[in-house]
Amino acid sequence: MGYTITEKILLAHVPGLKEIAPGDFIMAKVDLCLGNDITSPIAIKEFRELGRKKVFNHKRVVLVPDHFLPAKDMKSANQAKILKEFAEEFGITNYFELGEMGIEHALLPERGLIMPGDLMIGADSHTCTHGALGAFAAGVGSTDLAYAMAFGECWLKVPETIQLRFTGKPRKWVGGKDLILHAISDLGVSGALYKAIEFTGDTIGMLPMDDRLTMCNMVIEAGAKNGIIAPDKTTEKYVKGAIRKYKPPRKSYKLVESDEDAVYADIREYNVSKLEPIVAAPHLPSNGRPVSEFKNVKIDQAVIGSCTNGRIGDLKQAAAVLKNKKVNPGTRLIVIPATQAIYLEAVEAGYAETFVRAGGVFCTPSCGPCLGGHMGVLSEGEVAVSTTNRNFVGRMGHPKSYVYLANPAIAAASAIKGVITHPSNL
Amino acid sequence: MKIKGKVHKFGDNINTDEIIPARYLNTSDPAELAKHCMEDADPRFVRKVEEKDVIVAGENFGCGSSREHAPIAIKAAGVSCVIAKSFARIFYRNAINIGLPVFTSAEAAEILKKKDQVEVNVTKGEISKARRRTVYKAEVFPRFIKEIIRSGGLMEYAKDKGIKRTAKKKAGRVKKKKK
Repeated sequence: MGYTITEKILLAHVPGLKEIAPGDFIMAKVDLCLGNDITSPIAIKEFRELGRKKVFNHKRVVLVPDHFLPAKDMKSANQAKILKEFAEEFGITNYFELGEMGIEHALLPERGLIMPGDLMIGADSHTCTHGALGAFAAGVGSTDLAYAMAFGECWLKVPETIQLRFTGKPRKWVGGKDLILHAISDLGVSGALYKAIEFTGDTIGMLPMDDRLTMCNMVIEAGAKNGIIAPDKTTEKYVKGAIRKYKPPRKSYKLVESDEDAVYADIREYNVSKLEPIVAAPHLPSNGRPVSEFKNVKIDQAVIGSCTNGRIGDLKQAAAVLKNKKVNPGTRLIVIPATQAIYLEAVEAGYAETFVRAGGVFCTPSCGPCLGGHMGVLSEGEVAVSTTNRNFVGRMGHPKSYVYLANPAIAAASAIKGVITHPSNL
Repeated sequence: MKIKGKVHKFGDNINTDEIIPARYLNTSDPAELAKHCMEDADPRFVRKVEEKDVIVAGENFGCGSSREHAPIAIKAAGVSCVIAKSFARIFYRNAINIGLPVFTSAEAAEILKKKDQVEVNVTKGEISKARRRTVYKAEVFPRFIKEIIRSGGLMEYAKDKGIKRTAKKKAGRVKKKKK
């Protein structure tokens, strides 16, 4: 009986283990563990209570204060300081101060810190993003992070895998975001609970890395433990580029793929050649419907950014829609590049100028308003179209505010019209 | 160990933004977090909840963010355990890791109503209404998870393990000297 890519990676990270099956509990070695300015302070407190002198490996703990920096208030400043002081004391080399800092799930792949074949855990639910590189990456909590920082291990239950096979060439303005919103709407918000989602099919091969990262990013919205895509030429090119540019401490990687006779809990096929861009209505990411079904949904704000859609490909798409256009008077457009490198690239490519000339704002890298943190929190009754990942009650601010999830082109077109709009209707 | 408390009932897909909104995540102080527990699902929850009370919910409880602040807020608000039809996986492991008992029982989650008095045998995973005979069995924890729960959470488990590790090392050293 063959193994899925997820099972193979998990098996390879338990020394001495000969076989593995879904449902097994394992204590796995982690290649990398990650925390941010919300989750790390708790982990650091717990780590300190253990009284250990060292972290398991000072190059394999990554701390990114991306949620509330530049500090939105004094309490947030205190949280971020806890990370900085800990990093100094324990010699954590992968601590990213403002200026280098970017959204964690865009920053790590960009810098070549996560490699194909890796096992990574992160105290952030969107850690599943990194599976796009052919790695096992799962979100955990602060206590798990504390444990991993100390022992380099994490307890995991081996998940069953659901295979989602995408076929056909997507139309213009349809990308990874639409594919994943479509799949979540099919599976439901708990349809993949405790399971791995493996994306396959010729469509995935056509997608650039940015779109693949978007897809793996949102598997948690169907309850999944991890999302994963078998590495191909696109993956290798991306990884080699990152190694060349940033010279990370680890330069080797392992290309793992599922066996032909691997066992799946479910296999679902989606032909996406006729798929329209998908918009998910409040208050669940599974409320996705074709954009054409949304008539006269007036918006107060459009947000383009986050670990889901704040990469250069996303900004390029938004800029293409906004070029020589104006944002609807009374509608706010907030664009947030995910990292400093993306920020710079957007400036050099002229995207930043396009956004500002259109009447939008171009902000410093941060999770920002995605989780109702800062830089665009919603008031009572306000409506936003957003390229982020969740539209739960109160997610972006007031419990009586409303978030529609969409791809960057839809968000940009909607900002121009002031209502949810397909770019070809401009 | 037995828990007795009053039921607070919630629906499906209660997410971590409702359990503890992000506007309060600029702190990790349990007492501070407890003041805002369940605020966006039921703004009056904190005023109603009493020590040992039980949260009963539908499917996918705790979905969304990985914030451990969610089970911390629930525990610090005095809630003794959560019973649900199903749990989102990160919330589930976080609860186990911090020593907040969680029980998966679709039957109990269906039958228990607001303000019911409920009794839970934590060790056996048995749930019943006060003064009623019917017992609902929660899903049994695997042995590995039981060990973490017995230690009182993952870090307590780690401390036990840490002590063992050091003891082994020391023993090793002594042996070498003897040689």
